[in-house]
Amino acid sequence: MRVFRMLGRSIRDAFKSVIRNFSLSLASISCITITLIIVAIAIMASFNVQNFTKEIEKDLTIVIFLNNDATEEDVDRVNKQLSQISNVDKNSITFESKQEVKQQMQEESEVFDTVLDEWDDEESPLKDTYQVKVKNVEKISETADKIKEIESVNTVRYGEGMVEKMVTAFSSIEKVTYGIVIALVIVTVFLIINTIKLTISARRREIGIMRLVGASNFTIKTPFIIEGMILGLLGSIVPVIFTTYGYLMFYKHFDGYLFTQLIQLIKPEPFIYSTSVIVIIIGILVGMVGSAGAVRKYLKI
Amino acid sequence: MLILREDLKNLLFCYFRKYGIIKYTRVEVNMDLIRLKNVEKKYKNGVTAIYDLNLAIEKGSFTFVIGGSGSGKSTLIKMLYREEKPTKGQIIVGGLDVAKLRNTKVYKLRRKLGIVFQDYRLLPKLTVYENVAFAMEVIGATKEVTRKNVLRALEEVGLKNKVHNYPDQLSGGEQQRVAIARAIVNNPKLLLCDEPTGNLDPERSLEIMKVLDGINKTRGTTIIMATHDKEIVNAMKKQVISLKDGHLVSFKKKGTYVDESI
Repeated sequence: MRVFRMLGRSIRDAFKSVIRNFSLSLASISCITITLIIVAIAIMASFNVQNFTKEIEKDLTIVIFLNNDATEEDVDRVNKQLSQISNVDKNSITFESKQEVKQQMQEESEVFDTVLDEWDDEESPLKDTYQVKVKNVEKISETADKIKEIESVNTVRYGEGMVEKMVTAFSSIEKVTYGIVIALVIVTVFLIINTIKLTISARRREIGIMRLVGASNFTIKTPFIIEGMILGLLGSIVPVIFTTYGYLMFYKHFDGYLFTQLIQLIKPEPFIYSTSVIVIIIGILVGMVGSAGAVRKYLKI
Repeated sequence: MLILREDLKNLLFCYFRKYGIIKYTRVEVNMDLIRLKNVEKKYKNGVTAIYDLNLAIEKGSFTFVIGGSGSGKSTLIKMLYREEKPTKGQIIVGGLDVAKLRNTKVYKLRRKLGIVFQDYRLLPKLTVYENVAFAMEVIGATKEVTRKNVLRALEEVGLKNKVHNYPDQLSGGEQQRVAIARAIVNNPKLLLCDEPTGNLDPERSLEIMKVLDGINKTRGTTIIMATHDKEIVNAMKKQVISLKDGHLVSFKKKGTYVDESI
Protein backbone atom coordinates (compact mmCIF):
# COMPACT_ATOMS: atom_id res chain seq x y z
CA MET A 1 0.00 0.00 0.00
CA ARG A 2 2.80 2.37 0.99
CA VAL A 3 4.71 1.47 -2.16
CA PHE A 4 1.72 2.41 -4.32
CA ARG A 5 1.33 5.72 -2.51
CA MET A 6 4.99 6.50 -3.08
CA LEU A 7 4.72 5.44 -6.71
CA GLY A 8 1.72 7.74 -7.17
CA ARG A 9 3.73 10.59 -5.70
CA SER A 10 6.66 9.80 -8.01
CA ILE A 11 4.45 9.80 -11.09
CA ARG A 12 2.81 13.08 -10.04
CA ASP A 13 6.23 14.66 -9.44
CA ALA A 14 7.52 13.39 -12.78
CA PHE A 15 4.58 14.93 -14.68
CA LYS A 16 5.00 18.19 -12.75
CA SER A 17 8.66 18.29 -13.66
CA VAL A 18 7.97 17.61 -17.34
CA ILE A 19 5.48 20.49 -17.42
CA ARG A 20 7.60 22.84 -15.30
CA ASN A 21 10.67 22.43 -17.51
CA PHE A 22 8.56 22.37 -20.63
CA SER A 23 11.04 23.85 -23.11
CA LEU A 24 13.74 21.48 -21.99
CA SER A 25 11.37 18.52 -22.06
CA LEU A 26 10.26 19.55 -25.54
CA ALA A 27 13.88 19.57 -26.69
CA SER A 28 14.52 16.02 -25.54
CA ILE A 29 11.10 14.83 -26.72
CA SER A 30 11.83 16.12 -30.22
CA CYS A 31 15.24 14.49 -30.11
CA ILE A 32 13.70 11.17 -29.18
CA THR A 33 11.09 11.69 -31.89
CA ILE A 34 13.68 12.20 -34.61
CA THR A 35 15.76 9.27 -33.43
CA LEU A 36 12.76 6.99 -33.20
CA ILE A 37 11.55 7.95 -36.69
CA ILE A 38 14.92 6.92 -38.08
CA VAL A 39 14.92 3.83 -35.90
CA ALA A 40 11.45 2.97 -37.21
CA ILE A 41 12.56 3.42 -40.81
CA ALA A 42 15.61 1.27 -40.14
CA ILE A 43 13.53 -1.41 -38.48
CA MET A 44 11.05 -1.51 -41.34
CA ALA A 45 13.79 -1.49 -43.95
CA SER A 46 15.76 -4.26 -42.31
CA PHE A 47 12.68 -6.43 -41.79
CA ASN A 48 11.74 -5.95 -45.42
CA VAL A 49 15.25 -6.78 -46.58
CA GLN A 50 15.25 -9.89 -44.42
CA ASN A 51 11.89 -10.93 -45.77
CA PHE A 52 12.96 -10.27 -49.31
CA THR A 53 16.23 -12.16 -49.06
CA LYS A 54 14.37 -15.08 -47.56
CA GLU A 55 11.88 -15.03 -50.42
CA ILE A 56 14.66 -14.95 -52.99
CA GLU A 57 16.53 -17.71 -51.26
CA LYS A 58 13.37 -19.80 -51.30
CA ASP A 59 12.96 -19.32 -55.03
CA LEU A 60 16.59 -19.82 -55.96
CA THR A 61 16.91 -23.10 -57.85
CA ILE A 62 19.66 -24.80 -59.80
CA VAL A 63 18.46 -26.28 -63.08
CA ILE A 64 20.43 -29.26 -64.34
CA PHE A 65 20.18 -30.30 -67.98
CA LEU A 66 21.22 -33.86 -68.72
CA ASN A 67 22.78 -35.09 -72.00
CA ASN A 68 20.36 -35.88 -74.80
CA ASP A 69 21.42 -39.53 -74.83
CA ALA A 70 20.92 -40.05 -71.10
CA THR A 71 19.27 -43.36 -70.37
CA GLU A 72 16.91 -44.11 -67.54
CA GLU A 73 19.78 -45.59 -65.51
CA ASP A 74 21.73 -42.38 -66.00
CA VAL A 75 18.78 -40.40 -64.67
CA ASP A 76 18.57 -42.52 -61.53
CA ARG A 77 22.34 -42.36 -61.00
CA VAL A 78 22.34 -38.56 -61.26
CA ASN A 79 19.53 -38.40 -58.70
CA LYS A 80 21.58 -40.46 -56.26
CA GLN A 81 24.71 -38.42 -56.81
CA LEU A 82 22.79 -35.17 -56.38
CA SER A 83 21.43 -36.23 -53.03
CA GLN A 84 24.96 -37.04 -51.89
CA ILE A 85 26.05 -33.38 -52.24
CA SER A 86 25.76 -31.85 -48.78
CA ASN A 87 24.46 -28.41 -49.74
CA VAL A 88 21.63 -29.83 -51.84
CA ASP A 89 18.22 -29.91 -50.23
CA LYS A 90 17.22 -33.56 -50.79
CA ASN A 91 13.48 -32.97 -50.56
CA SER A 92 13.62 -30.33 -53.27
CA ILE A 93 15.02 -32.52 -56.05
CA THR A 94 12.42 -32.64 -58.83
CA PHE A 95 12.74 -34.36 -62.16
CA GLU A 96 11.13 -33.39 -65.44
CA SER A 97 11.56 -35.69 -68.39
CA LYS A 98 11.78 -34.52 -72.00
CA GLN A 99 8.18 -35.46 -72.54
CA GLU A 100 6.97 -33.47 -69.58
CA VAL A 101 8.94 -30.42 -70.68
CA LYS A 102 7.58 -30.79 -74.16
CA GLN A 103 4.02 -31.05 -72.91
CA GLN A 104 4.43 -27.98 -70.73
CA MET A 105 5.83 -25.95 -73.57
CA GLN A 106 3.08 -27.06 -75.92
CA GLU A 107 0.48 -25.98 -73.43
CA GLU A 108 2.16 -22.63 -73.11
CA SER A 109 1.85 -21.45 -76.72
CA GLU A 110 0.56 -22.52 -80.11
CA VAL A 111 3.89 -21.81 -81.83
CA PHE A 112 5.70 -24.23 -79.59
CA ASP A 113 2.86 -26.67 -80.02
CA THR A 114 3.26 -26.92 -83.79
CA VAL A 115 7.07 -26.80 -83.79
CA LEU A 116 7.52 -29.39 -81.11
CA ASP A 117 4.96 -31.73 -82.67
CA GLU A 118 7.31 -32.37 -85.57
CA TRP A 119 9.97 -33.94 -83.36
CA ASP A 120 9.62 -37.32 -81.83
CA ASP A 121 11.39 -38.33 -78.66
CA GLU A 122 14.61 -39.45 -80.36
CA GLU A 123 15.44 -36.30 -82.22
CA SER A 124 13.99 -33.80 -79.79
CA PRO A 125 16.45 -31.04 -78.76
CA LEU A 126 14.85 -30.88 -75.36
CA LYS A 127 16.69 -32.38 -72.43
CA ASP A 128 15.73 -34.19 -69.23
CA THR A 129 16.06 -31.71 -66.35
CA TYR A 130 16.52 -31.75 -62.59
CA GLN A 131 15.59 -28.82 -60.39
CA VAL A 132 17.41 -28.54 -57.10
CA LYS A 133 17.29 -26.09 -54.20
CA VAL A 134 20.27 -25.39 -51.98
CA LYS A 135 20.44 -25.05 -48.23
CA ASN A 136 22.99 -22.22 -48.17
CA VAL A 137 22.60 -19.64 -50.92
CA GLU A 138 26.05 -18.15 -50.44
CA LYS A 139 27.67 -21.46 -51.51
CA ILE A 140 25.46 -21.87 -54.57
CA SER A 141 28.29 -21.48 -57.10
CA GLU A 142 30.44 -24.19 -55.46
CA THR A 143 27.49 -26.52 -55.43
CA ALA A 144 26.81 -25.80 -59.09
CA ASP A 145 30.44 -26.63 -59.91
CA LYS A 146 30.16 -29.94 -58.08
CA ILE A 147 27.00 -30.81 -59.96
CA LYS A 148 28.72 -30.04 -63.26
CA GLU A 149 31.29 -32.77 -62.57
CA ILE A 150 28.62 -35.47 -62.37
CA GLU A 151 28.66 -37.75 -65.43
CA SER A 152 26.04 -37.17 -68.14
CA VAL A 153 25.21 -33.69 -66.81
CA ASN A 154 25.25 -31.33 -69.74
CA THR A 155 24.70 -27.84 -68.37
CA VAL A 156 23.96 -26.30 -64.94
CA ARG A 157 22.12 -23.02 -64.63
CA TYR A 158 21.19 -20.68 -61.79
CA GLY A 159 20.89 -16.88 -61.67
CA GLU A 160 24.67 -16.55 -61.78
CA GLY A 161 26.15 -13.27 -60.60
CA MET A 162 23.07 -11.10 -60.39
CA VAL A 163 21.36 -12.90 -57.52
CA GLU A 164 24.52 -13.16 -55.47
CA LYS A 165 25.30 -9.47 -55.83
CA MET A 166 21.78 -8.53 -54.79
CA VAL A 167 21.93 -10.68 -51.67
CA THR A 168 25.29 -9.30 -50.55
CA ALA A 169 24.21 -5.72 -51.27
CA PHE A 170 21.09 -6.08 -49.19
CA SER A 171 22.90 -7.72 -46.30
CA SER A 172 25.43 -4.89 -46.20
CA ILE A 173 22.58 -2.35 -46.25
CA GLU A 174 21.12 -4.19 -43.29
CA LYS A 175 24.39 -3.96 -41.37
CA VAL A 176 24.70 -0.23 -42.05
CA THR A 177 21.16 0.43 -40.82
CA TYR A 178 21.88 -1.49 -37.62
CA GLY A 179 24.97 0.67 -37.10
CA ILE A 180 23.01 3.90 -37.62
CA VAL A 181 20.28 2.78 -35.22
CA ILE A 182 22.75 1.93 -32.47
CA ALA A 183 24.63 5.23 -32.89
CA LEU A 184 21.39 7.23 -32.74
CA VAL A 185 20.15 5.42 -29.66
CA ILE A 186 23.43 6.21 -27.87
CA VAL A 187 23.21 9.90 -28.86
CA THR A 188 19.65 10.10 -27.56
CA VAL A 189 20.61 8.46 -24.28
CA PHE A 190 23.23 11.18 -23.78
CA LEU A 191 20.71 13.90 -24.60
CA ILE A 192 18.30 12.53 -22.02
CA ILE A 193 21.09 12.31 -19.46
CA ASN A 194 21.65 16.05 -19.99
CA THR A 195 17.97 16.93 -19.75
CA ILE A 196 17.48 15.00 -16.52
CA LYS A 197 20.70 16.49 -15.13
CA LEU A 198 19.25 19.95 -15.61
CA THR A 199 15.98 19.05 -13.90
CA ILE A 200 17.97 17.51 -11.07
CA SER A 201 20.13 20.59 -10.60
CA ALA A 202 16.98 22.71 -10.56
CA ARG A 203 15.77 20.58 -7.66
CA ARG A 204 18.99 20.18 -5.72
CA ARG A 205 17.65 22.00 -2.69
CA GLU A 206 14.56 19.85 -2.61
CA ILE A 207 16.65 16.69 -2.90
CA GLY A 208 18.91 17.84 -0.06
CA ILE A 209 15.90 18.38 2.19
CA MET A 210 14.43 15.02 1.14
CA ARG A 211 17.68 13.39 2.26
CA LEU A 212 17.56 15.22 5.57
CA VAL A 213 14.00 14.27 6.44
CA GLY A 214 14.65 10.60 5.74
CA ALA A 215 13.58 9.85 2.18
CA SER A 216 15.21 6.67 0.89
CA ASN A 217 17.38 6.82 -2.21
CA PHE A 218 14.75 4.84 -4.07
CA THR A 219 12.14 7.52 -3.29
CA ILE A 220 14.44 10.26 -4.50
CA LYS A 221 15.45 8.50 -7.72
CA THR A 222 12.12 7.12 -8.90
CA PRO A 223 10.55 10.45 -10.01
CA PHE A 224 13.51 11.19 -12.27
CA ILE A 225 13.47 7.73 -13.82
CA ILE A 226 9.72 7.99 -14.38
CA GLU A 227 10.30 11.43 -15.91
CA GLY A 228 12.71 9.85 -18.39
CA MET A 229 10.15 7.18 -19.22
CA ILE A 230 7.47 9.83 -19.80
CA LEU A 231 9.82 11.74 -22.11
CA GLY A 232 10.47 8.50 -24.02
CA LEU A 233 6.77 7.70 -24.23
CA LEU A 234 5.84 11.21 -25.43
CA GLY A 235 8.71 11.09 -27.91
CA SER A 236 7.40 7.88 -29.44
CA ILE A 237 3.91 9.22 -30.29
CA VAL A 238 4.88 10.86 -33.58
CA PRO A 239 7.09 7.95 -34.72
CA VAL A 240 4.25 5.51 -34.07
CA ILE A 241 1.84 7.58 -36.18
CA PHE A 242 4.57 7.87 -38.77
CA THR A 243 5.16 4.11 -38.93
CA THR A 244 1.51 3.13 -39.11
CA TYR A 245 0.34 5.68 -41.68
CA GLY A 246 3.65 6.04 -43.48
CA TYR A 247 4.06 2.36 -44.13
CA LEU A 248 0.41 1.93 -45.13
CA MET A 249 0.72 4.73 -47.69
CA PHE A 250 4.06 3.43 -48.90
CA TYR A 251 2.62 -0.05 -49.35
CA LYS A 252 -0.45 1.22 -51.20
CA HIS A 253 1.58 3.52 -53.41
CA PHE A 254 3.83 0.72 -54.63
CA ASP A 255 1.10 -1.94 -54.66
CA GLY A 256 3.14 -4.18 -52.41
CA TYR A 257 6.13 -4.39 -54.76
CA LEU A 258 9.26 -2.31 -54.86
CA PHE A 259 10.55 -1.61 -58.43
CA THR A 260 10.08 -5.20 -59.66
CA GLN A 261 7.78 -8.07 -58.89
CA LEU A 262 10.81 -9.71 -57.35
CA ILE A 263 11.01 -7.40 -54.32
CA GLN A 264 7.91 -8.05 -52.29
CA LEU A 265 7.04 -5.82 -49.32
CA ILE A 266 5.78 -7.25 -46.02
CA LYS A 267 2.01 -6.97 -45.65
CA PRO A 268 1.23 -3.99 -43.36
CA GLU A 269 -1.47 -5.52 -41.17
CA PRO A 270 0.35 -7.13 -38.24
CA PHE A 271 3.69 -5.63 -39.23
CA ILE A 272 2.95 -1.96 -38.43
CA TYR A 273 1.59 -2.88 -35.01
CA SER A 274 4.60 -4.92 -34.01
CA THR A 275 6.90 -2.17 -35.28
CA SER A 276 4.96 0.43 -33.26
CA VAL A 277 5.28 -1.66 -30.13
CA ILE A 278 9.02 -2.05 -30.70
CA VAL A 279 9.35 1.72 -31.24
CA ILE A 280 7.45 2.52 -28.02
CA ILE A 281 9.52 0.03 -26.03
CA ILE A 282 12.76 1.47 -27.42
CA GLY A 283 11.56 5.01 -26.55
CA ILE A 284 10.69 4.12 -22.97
CA LEU A 285 13.88 2.13 -22.46
CA VAL A 286 16.05 4.90 -23.89
CA GLY A 287 14.35 7.43 -21.58
CA MET A 288 14.75 5.16 -18.60
CA VAL A 289 18.40 4.29 -19.23
CA GLY A 290 19.24 7.94 -19.87
CA SER A 291 17.64 9.21 -16.70
CA ALA A 292 19.02 6.35 -14.60
CA GLY A 293 22.48 7.28 -15.86
CA ALA A 294 21.94 10.96 -15.01
CA VAL A 295 20.57 10.15 -11.55
CA ARG A 296 23.48 7.86 -10.80
CA LYS A 297 26.08 10.34 -11.97
CA TYR A 298 24.54 13.46 -10.55
CA LEU A 299 22.91 12.48 -7.28
CA LYS A 300 25.75 10.33 -5.93
CA ILE A 301 23.64 9.22 -3.01
CA MET B 1 17.22 -8.73 39.87
CA LEU B 2 17.60 -5.68 37.70
CA ILE B 3 21.06 -6.71 36.57
CA LEU B 4 19.79 -10.16 35.71
CA ARG B 5 17.04 -8.68 33.50
CA GLU B 6 19.54 -6.51 31.67
CA ASP B 7 21.77 -9.50 31.02
CA LEU B 8 18.85 -11.50 29.70
CA LYS B 9 17.99 -8.66 27.34
CA ASN B 10 21.56 -8.59 26.04
CA LEU B 11 21.54 -12.33 25.53
CA LEU B 12 18.30 -12.11 23.60
CA PHE B 13 19.68 -9.40 21.34
CA CYS B 14 22.76 -11.48 20.60
CA TYR B 15 20.56 -14.42 19.75
CA PHE B 16 18.29 -12.34 17.49
CA ARG B 17 21.25 -10.84 15.70
CA LYS B 18 22.80 -14.23 15.11
CA TYR B 19 19.69 -15.56 13.44
CA GLY B 20 19.01 -12.38 11.50
CA ILE B 21 15.87 -11.36 13.34
CA ILE B 22 17.41 -7.98 14.11
CA LYS B 23 19.49 -6.63 11.26
CA TYR B 24 21.51 -3.85 12.81
CA THR B 25 23.45 -3.62 16.03
CA ARG B 26 21.31 -2.61 18.95
CA VAL B 27 23.51 -1.35 21.71
CA GLU B 28 20.83 0.70 23.43
CA VAL B 29 20.78 -1.12 26.72
CA ASN B 30 20.60 1.73 29.17
CA MET B 31 19.03 5.17 29.00
CA ASP B 32 21.71 6.70 26.77
CA LEU B 33 20.38 7.75 23.38
CA ILE B 34 23.73 8.84 22.03
CA ARG B 35 27.13 7.35 22.72
CA LEU B 36 30.45 8.41 21.29
CA LYS B 37 33.54 6.30 21.86
CA ASN B 38 37.01 7.56 20.95
CA VAL B 39 35.65 9.57 18.06
CA GLU B 40 38.13 11.38 15.88
CA LYS B 41 37.36 13.39 12.76
CA LYS B 42 40.05 14.42 10.34
CA TYR B 43 38.98 16.22 7.14
CA LYS B 44 40.58 15.46 3.81
CA ASN B 45 42.46 18.76 3.83
CA GLY B 46 44.34 17.60 6.92
CA VAL B 47 42.44 19.61 9.51
CA THR B 48 41.44 17.63 12.56
CA ALA B 49 38.10 18.87 13.85
CA ILE B 50 37.54 16.44 16.74
CA TYR B 51 40.13 14.66 18.87
CA ASP B 52 39.27 11.50 20.82
CA LEU B 53 35.80 12.42 22.01
CA ASN B 54 33.84 10.30 24.50
CA LEU B 55 30.27 11.24 25.29
CA ALA B 56 27.00 9.76 26.48
CA ILE B 57 23.78 11.72 26.23
CA GLU B 58 20.67 10.58 28.04
CA LYS B 59 17.23 10.12 26.56
CA GLY B 60 15.01 13.14 27.08
CA SER B 61 17.80 15.54 27.93
CA PHE B 62 18.42 19.05 26.60
CA THR B 63 22.07 19.64 25.77
CA PHE B 64 23.93 22.68 24.48
CA VAL B 65 27.14 22.27 22.52
CA ILE B 66 29.18 25.45 22.82
CA GLY B 67 32.51 26.66 21.59
CA GLY B 68 34.03 29.25 19.29
CA SER B 69 34.43 28.97 15.53
CA GLY B 70 36.53 25.96 14.61
CA SER B 71 35.91 24.28 17.93
CA GLY B 72 34.24 21.31 16.19
CA LYS B 73 30.67 21.78 17.39
CA SER B 74 29.24 21.81 13.87
CA THR B 75 31.30 18.76 12.98
CA LEU B 76 29.93 16.96 16.04
CA ILE B 77 26.33 17.71 15.00
CA LYS B 78 27.07 16.69 11.39
CA MET B 79 28.51 13.38 12.55
CA LEU B 80 25.37 12.72 14.57
CA TYR B 81 23.17 12.86 11.47
CA ARG B 82 25.76 11.16 9.28
CA GLU B 83 26.54 14.12 7.04
CA GLU B 84 30.15 13.41 7.99
CA LYS B 85 31.68 10.08 8.95
CA PRO B 86 34.14 9.88 11.84
CA THR B 87 37.64 8.78 10.83
CA LYS B 88 37.99 6.77 14.04
CA GLY B 89 35.74 5.54 16.82
CA GLN B 90 32.13 4.59 17.27
CA ILE B 91 28.98 6.71 17.26
CA ILE B 92 25.71 5.16 18.32
CA VAL B 93 22.48 7.07 17.88
CA GLY B 94 19.24 5.41 18.92
CA GLY B 95 20.75 1.95 18.54
CA LEU B 96 22.22 2.58 15.09
CA ASP B 97 25.96 2.41 14.55
CA VAL B 98 26.26 5.64 12.59
CA ALA B 99 29.90 5.24 11.53
CA LYS B 100 29.18 1.90 9.89
CA LEU B 101 25.92 3.00 8.27
CA ARG B 102 26.06 2.54 4.49
CA ASN B 103 25.18 5.46 2.29
CA THR B 104 22.02 3.78 1.02
CA LYS B 105 20.81 3.16 4.59
CA VAL B 106 21.28 6.69 5.91
CA TYR B 107 17.55 7.32 5.68
CA LYS B 108 16.99 4.83 8.51
CA LEU B 109 18.92 7.14 10.81
CA ARG B 110 17.37 10.32 9.46
CA ARG B 111 13.87 9.02 10.20
CA LYS B 112 14.80 8.77 13.86
CA LEU B 113 15.86 12.39 14.14
CA GLY B 114 14.86 15.92 13.17
CA ILE B 115 17.33 18.57 12.11
CA VAL B 116 17.08 22.37 12.30
CA PHE B 117 19.60 24.65 10.60
CA GLN B 118 20.62 28.26 10.89
CA ASP B 119 19.36 29.00 7.37
CA TYR B 120 15.92 27.29 7.84
CA ARG B 121 16.15 25.30 4.53
CA LEU B 122 12.49 25.62 3.60
CA LEU B 123 11.18 25.11 0.08
CA PRO B 124 10.15 28.56 -1.20
CA LYS B 125 7.47 27.33 -3.61
CA LEU B 126 5.54 25.38 -0.98
CA THR B 127 3.24 26.81 1.69
CA VAL B 128 3.92 26.38 5.40
CA TYR B 129 1.62 23.37 5.52
CA GLU B 130 3.17 21.78 2.42
CA ASN B 131 6.69 22.37 3.75
CA VAL B 132 5.92 20.48 6.95
CA ALA B 133 3.87 17.82 5.15
CA PHE B 134 6.78 17.26 2.75
CA ALA B 135 8.72 15.48 5.50
CA MET B 136 5.86 13.01 5.95
CA GLU B 137 5.02 12.57 2.29
CA VAL B 138 8.51 11.47 1.30
CA ILE B 139 8.44 8.65 3.82
CA GLY B 140 5.07 7.51 2.51
CA ALA B 141 2.59 8.52 5.22
CA THR B 142 -1.11 8.58 4.39
CA LYS B 143 -2.91 11.91 3.87
CA GLU B 144 -4.95 11.61 7.08
CA VAL B 145 -1.95 10.87 9.30
CA THR B 146 0.03 13.62 7.57
CA ARG B 147 -2.75 16.16 8.15
CA LYS B 148 -3.12 15.25 11.80
CA ASN B 149 0.60 15.33 12.56
CA VAL B 150 1.30 18.49 10.56
CA LEU B 151 -1.44 20.48 12.28
CA ARG B 152 -0.31 19.24 15.67
CA ALA B 153 3.31 20.20 15.00
CA LEU B 154 2.32 23.64 13.67
CA GLU B 155 0.16 24.22 16.73
CA GLU B 156 3.08 23.34 18.96
CA VAL B 157 5.31 25.97 17.35
CA GLY B 158 2.44 28.49 17.38
CA LEU B 159 1.90 28.90 13.64
CA LYS B 160 -1.51 27.39 13.15
CA ASN B 161 -2.85 30.66 11.75
CA LYS B 162 -0.19 30.88 9.01
CA VAL B 163 -0.74 27.48 7.44
CA HIS B 164 -1.36 28.82 3.94
CA ASN B 165 1.41 31.43 3.85
CA TYR B 166 4.57 31.04 1.84
CA PRO B 167 7.98 31.18 3.58
CA ASP B 168 8.87 34.59 2.12
CA GLN B 169 5.75 36.06 3.74
CA LEU B 170 7.04 35.09 7.20
CA SER B 171 9.61 36.66 9.50
CA GLY B 172 12.88 34.89 10.23
CA GLY B 173 11.67 33.63 13.59
CA GLU B 174 8.49 32.27 12.05
CA GLN B 175 10.42 30.56 9.27
CA GLN B 176 12.63 28.91 11.86
CA ARG B 177 9.53 27.71 13.70
CA VAL B 178 8.25 26.17 10.47
CA ALA B 179 11.59 24.38 10.17
CA ILE B 180 11.21 23.12 13.75
CA ALA B 181 7.68 21.90 13.00
CA ARG B 182 9.05 20.03 9.98
CA ALA B 183 11.78 18.48 12.13
CA ILE B 184 9.38 17.19 14.79
CA VAL B 185 6.46 16.15 12.58
CA ASN B 186 7.67 12.55 12.33
CA ASN B 187 7.94 12.23 16.12
CA PRO B 188 11.72 11.81 16.23
CA LYS B 189 13.52 10.71 19.36
CA LEU B 190 16.23 13.27 18.78
CA LEU B 191 16.21 16.86 17.58
CA LEU B 192 19.51 18.28 16.36
CA CYS B 193 19.83 22.05 16.07
CA ASP B 194 22.82 23.66 14.40
CA GLU B 195 22.83 27.32 15.52
CA PRO B 196 19.06 27.75 15.10
CA THR B 197 19.14 31.26 16.52
CA GLY B 198 22.20 32.39 14.57
CA ASN B 199 20.21 34.64 12.24
CA LEU B 200 17.74 35.98 14.78
CA ASP B 201 17.62 38.89 17.20
CA PRO B 202 17.59 38.11 20.97
CA GLU B 203 13.80 38.39 21.31
CA ARG B 204 13.07 35.99 18.46
CA SER B 205 15.82 33.73 19.75
CA LEU B 206 14.08 33.50 23.08
CA GLU B 207 10.83 32.58 21.35
CA ILE B 208 12.59 29.77 19.51
CA MET B 209 14.11 28.55 22.78
CA LYS B 210 10.67 28.49 24.40
CA VAL B 211 9.35 26.38 21.55
CA LEU B 212 12.31 23.97 21.81
CA ASP B 213 11.97 23.72 25.58
CA GLY B 214 8.26 22.98 25.16
CA ILE B 215 9.01 20.18 22.71
CA ASN B 216 11.58 18.77 25.10
CA LYS B 217 9.10 18.78 27.97
CA THR B 218 5.86 17.71 26.27
CA ARG B 219 7.19 15.20 23.77
CA GLY B 220 10.23 14.06 25.72
CA THR B 221 12.37 14.61 22.64
CA THR B 222 16.08 14.66 23.28
CA ILE B 223 17.50 17.96 22.01
CA ILE B 224 21.09 18.75 21.14
CA MET B 225 21.75 22.32 20.13
CA ALA B 226 24.98 23.86 18.94
CA THR B 227 25.21 27.57 19.66
CA HIS B 228 27.55 30.38 20.53
CA ASP B 229 24.84 32.56 22.06
CA LYS B 230 25.99 33.23 25.61
CA GLU B 231 22.71 34.69 26.90
CA ILE B 232 20.61 31.76 25.78
CA VAL B 233 22.88 29.20 27.40
CA ASN B 234 23.01 31.14 30.63
CA ALA B 235 19.26 31.70 30.71
CA MET B 236 18.22 28.09 29.99
CA LYS B 237 20.38 26.33 32.59
CA LYS B 238 20.64 23.01 30.73
CA GLN B 239 23.54 20.63 30.45
CA VAL B 240 26.43 22.03 28.47
CA ILE B 241 29.16 20.40 26.43
CA SER B 242 31.94 22.85 25.72
CA LEU B 243 34.48 22.20 23.03
CA LYS B 244 37.71 23.99 22.21
CA ASP B 245 39.86 23.25 19.17
CA GLY B 246 38.34 19.80 18.88
CA HIS B 247 38.86 18.82 22.51
CA LEU B 248 36.16 18.31 25.11
CA VAL B 249 36.70 20.97 27.77
CA SER B 250 33.79 20.23 30.09
CA PHE B 251 30.45 18.47 30.31
CA LYS B 252 28.33 20.05 33.03
CA LYS B 253 24.78 19.65 34.23
CA LYS B 254 23.11 23.07 34.52
CA GLY B 255 26.12 24.66 32.93
CA THR B 256 26.79 28.21 31.88
CA TYR B 257 28.87 29.72 29.14
CA VAL B 258 32.39 29.71 30.51
CA ASP B 259 34.56 32.42 29.07
CA GLU B 260 37.72 30.36 28.85
CA SER B 261 36.06 27.90 26.55
CA ILE B 262 35.54 30.44 23.79
